[in-house]
Amino acid sequence: MSDTLAGRRRPPGFGYTLIELAFRFSPLLLLAFFWEFLGLSGIVSQQMLPGLGEVFSAFVQMLVNGDLLYNTARSVSRAAGGLAAAVIVGVVVGLMMAQFRIARLLVNPIVQIFYPMPKSALIPVVMIWLGLGDSSKILLIFLGCLLPVVVGTYNGARGVNPFLLWSAASLGASRFDVLREVVLRGAMPDIINGCRTALAFSFILMVSSEFVIATDGVGFMISSLGDGGQYPAMFAAIFFVAGIGFGADRLYAMFARRSLRWREA
Amino acid sequence: MMNMAQARHIAPNMPTRKVPAPRAARAISPKTVDTLVQIAVVALLAGIWEFSARFGALNPFLLPPLSVVLGRIWEDLLAGTVLVDLGLTLYRALLGFVIGAVIGIPAGILMARSAVMRWFLDPLVSIGFPMPKIAFLPIFILWFDIYDTSKIIMVSFSCFFPIVAATYAGCSGLDKWPIWSARSLGAKERELLWEVYLPMAMPQIITGLQVALPTGMITTIVTEMLMGGRGVGGSMIMAGRFADSVGVFAGIVQIIILGFVVVKSLEIVRRRLLIWHPESRR
Repeated sequence: MSDTLAGRRRPPGFGYTLIELAFRFSPLLLLAFFWEFLGLSGIVSQQMLPGLGEVFSAFVQMLVNGDLLYNTARSVSRAAGGLAAAVIVGVVVGLMMAQFRIARLLVNPIVQIFYPMPKSALIPVVMIWLGLGDSSKILLIFLGCLLPVVVGTYNGARGVNPFLLWSAASLGASRFDVLREVVLRGAMPDIINGCRTALAFSFILMVSSEFVIATDGVGFMISSLGDGGQYPAMFAAIFFVAGIGFGADRLYAMFARRSLRWREA
Repeated sequence: MMNMAQARHIAPNMPTRKVPAPRAARAISPKTVDTLVQIAVVALLAGIWEFSARFGALNPFLLPPLSVVLGRIWEDLLAGTVLVDLGLTLYRALLGFVIGAVIGIPAGILMARSAVMRWFLDPLVSIGFPMPKIAFLPIFILWFDIYDTSKIIMVSFSCFFPIVAATYAGCSGLDKWPIWSARSLGAKERELLWEVYLPMAMPQIITGLQVALPTGMITTIVTEMLMGGRGVGGSMIMAGRFADSVGVFAGIVQIIILGFVVVKSLEIVRRRLLIWHPESRR
């Protein structure tokens, strides 16, 4: 594993060495210095841009007194509930649409009408339907995440190679078996892509619905810290939420790579 | 009986049963039937909505009858507020989107072409892309107050990442041959950019725009709901706070139409811009 003319080899299993990683993310450090410089030089007031140290100590304080974790747990559990329901219902509906013409004709116009709608517009609707509690936000996240999953599943299931379907049928698989063993698996890459979109939507809707209507959750926490003028804590909470969103996407990408290992290339 | 048998015997080639003549092309293609059925489904749903609300199967507060909702939109249209709301929402969404594109596309191209820019922007984009950008809204409110500036900046911020990521991906995996050919024919770098790089990356750039625009609309609506002021989002949340469910559903109908028009227009733009591309010829 020495350096060769062909170029440096990467250690197997791990994408980057530590030095490469540090080099790759050094721009972030640069930005942090710039942030501190702006604050210390007085170009931007401390009110507008609290120092990084303050933000960090506010973060530690929130972490210790449990506010952050409690609100995060509340938010994430709502998002997870809505998202899980959307994935289950969406995959079933998408498969039905791909398999049965009647289902396609019935569901397609609804999808066509509601797909381009900005889903955040549903916030007042769920507020009228279910009030300010958990259920309204779960419903919102469910509705917002449903269509990307339906469309992904439908496109994937329609794109399954018909030879595979015929071979399975000629080998004696029942219609349900074909659906489960061939169509579902063939559609998996598209389903996984649709779910990734849905994951991003679930975070957007989670935070924005909590900004607008909530009594707890990270979005509520951020906006009430902002209203109370506790800006270092607000910055800390915002970065924490952004980090969770980023982490969830990374985890999901790892899961997707693992579960699609069987694919060629 | 006898006649039949004789006839068959005499002229064995004559068909005994009438074979349907080869059909003329069907007047109604299956595609038209599908479209008609789907329109019927929409009409049926509208009918169910109207009548179940009207005859008390559903609580009219939870789902006011469609005719009442449309009547409200018509009233507001005559009063002029619908057009003001739609216009403001559209203005914020599109301006933010355009700013995001004007910054994002060049940034993506630079990332693909220059190692320094790639070093600087790659970690920012790869961290920023999957983040829920909407969480940064309170920071923008803090910095730019609650009026149009912060709304539009928030929209461009959330549109920027999908656009820059798509542009970078589109410009970095280009086929070398057309570039080499253009170079050997004496193209300068600037000509290469306009004549080779951009057209080749165009499908992916437009895909990025198609991801960014709905995101921008979502963001616009949320910013309007949070900061108030006019705009469809603002008037919807006001209606919601006053338990005016007709107003909320009037807003939803407007937003559905607005979203539909905006997304479809971008699809038409894509078809026009990529008319030379193999994807249009399918």
